[in-house]
Amino acid sequence: MKGPVLVFAESSGSQFRKTSYEALTEGRRLADLLGTEEYALAIGHGLESVASDLGKYGADHVLVAESPDLGLFHPEYYRLIALDAAKKVSPGILLLPATSAGKDLAPRVAIHLNTGVASDCVQLELQDQELVATRPAYAGKVLLKVKVIGTPKIVTLRPNVFTSKELSPQKNPSLDRLPFNRPESRMTVKEFVAHGDKKLDLTEASVIVSGGRGMGGPENYKILEELANVMGGVVGASRASVDAGWRPHSDQVGQTGRTVSPTLYIACGISGAIQHRVGMMNSKVIVAINKDPEAPIFGFADYGIVGDVFEIVPALTLEMKKFYAKA
Amino acid sequence: MDVPCSEPKSCSDLKVIVCIRRVPDTSTRVKIASSGKSVDTSDVEFVINPYEEYALEQGVLLKEKYGGEVTVLTLGPEKSTQIIVKALALGATKAIHLKSENFPDEPTAVARSIASELKAVEFDVLLFGKKGVDDDSQQVGQIVAELLGIPCVTQVVKLDFSEGRAVAHREVEGGFLVVETTLPAAFTAEKDLAIPRYASLRELVAARKKPIVTTDPQLFSPMLEILAAQYPPARSPGKVIGKGVEAVPLLVKLLHEEAKVI
Repeated sequence: MKGPVLVFAESSGSQFRKTSYEALTEGRRLADLLGTEEYALAIGHGLESVASDLGKYGADHVLVAESPDLGLFHPEYYRLIALDAAKKVSPGILLLPATSAGKDLAPRVAIHLNTGVASDCVQLELQDQELVATRPAYAGKVLLKVKVIGTPKIVTLRPNVFTSKELSPQKNPSLDRLPFNRPESRMTVKEFVAHGDKKLDLTEASVIVSGGRGMGGPENYKILEELANVMGGVVGASRASVDAGWRPHSDQVGQTGRTVSPTLYIACGISGAIQHRVGMMNSKVIVAINKDPEAPIFGFADYGIVGDVFEIVPALTLEMKKFYAKA
Repeated sequence: MDVPCSEPKSCSDLKVIVCIRRVPDTSTRVKIASSGKSVDTSDVEFVINPYEEYALEQGVLLKEKYGGEVTVLTLGPEKSTQIIVKALALGATKAIHLKSENFPDEPTAVARSIASELKAVEFDVLLFGKKGVDDDSQQVGQIVAELLGIPCVTQVVKLDFSEGRAVAHREVEGGFLVVETTLPAAFTAEKDLAIPRYASLRELVAARKKPIVTTDPQLFSPMLEILAAQYPPARSPGKVIGKGVEAVPLLVKLLHEEAKVI
């Protein structure tokens, strides 16, 4: 496989997403194995002062496209810039985080380069210098090992699965500006509207406290919010509770919601139906709290407590407070 | 193609196309085929891809609000008739069936087949689900739009028109983006874009009389090669550590000392 590794380092505001560092670290690993260089592509607004940080995660070179018009993800502008970068670098591999932007962008770039995309991958390896990607299908009920036909090999990486690692010593990357003159577009991205004050997205959180039908109603999620706050996590939900209108769809974990892989997943009042299970089974550790000892979730939770969520969750919040006060 | 009209309220010929995909029901247990490279679907119940049920409902709501027609389009085998009839019962006006028993089921190839058919079809709004719940790739909508040279907004949770332009809310991490676009344009549905209705028996019967145009699709080479399909590694079996609040201190201790996650 010829050509360097190019990584789309997605930003939000004037900061790179954590998952961009994961992609850069993985890209660095592949570049070393292939004896090539790693390029990072930063697109956004207010990134110039932070662009060289990408060297910490392995970028030898950073390409930056900067403009007030690029502060929000605009698929057509970003596609033009990514194609420009691909032309400049001729990458053998192009990695993107499998975020809403990365998943939107990857196939658009691919079709113009006459290549394909392996989506939402959880593992990359080289076999005879060829890239083999492992991607879950059927919401993770099956894992497919795939090869991209065409060049570059375009791969999106599932957030929170690959580890990011700062290099020591870090790279001191060259910085190159990619010109951006806002082209005519039939699409206008007007504004970003935040859902409440939620700081972290489910896919990026390291702790998720999730509630199901056993929560009994929307008002009862307060106890989950409290536990999540103490642990620096976020609240998720099962399909049953989303369908009941208790929680927004953006909180749903499962086959028609988000697939998450936090360090710790605490399932409260969730039975653990296959639809839900496939969305969270890649969590490092699963805790289940459910009053039904026969609930399927106890069949695969690392630590289960049989009992009433309304007693156990507040007790756990208290115990966690004590733990963090000591730690 | 122009914007359907500058005053959507008086618009009466909105042309909507909804691309639907035949997928195994989400409660299906997956069995890997003897080839070791795909999933055995011989014993499986198929449904309309759930994300496309939201897309279809949105299309039908637009038709009901602004007038016009909704065409469903699917690439798939003879057996796809079942999901086509269901879609017609749910409010689609007519259907195009790109019939193929052995099409390369890979996002780029599928998108090229759909785009080559749509090149000759006039429409204002092209709807997809954001992804198929089988393949999970989330690529086809964007590729079709790029091939047709039309704007595409993905992961849409709200869609309407204002002054002849579409206004879409695109669900992203932590919130949504408000995106405006001219028509024709493509949109891929996020869950709950519009809650699907139920088809009555009468509608199911009437659906059988609605027109279905069957054509031979142009087929293209896939851009992904599947080397192997495997089951994910099993998690170790679950362990119940106790009952009631008494077990809470032990849980915290195990999370800290054994699992080392806090």
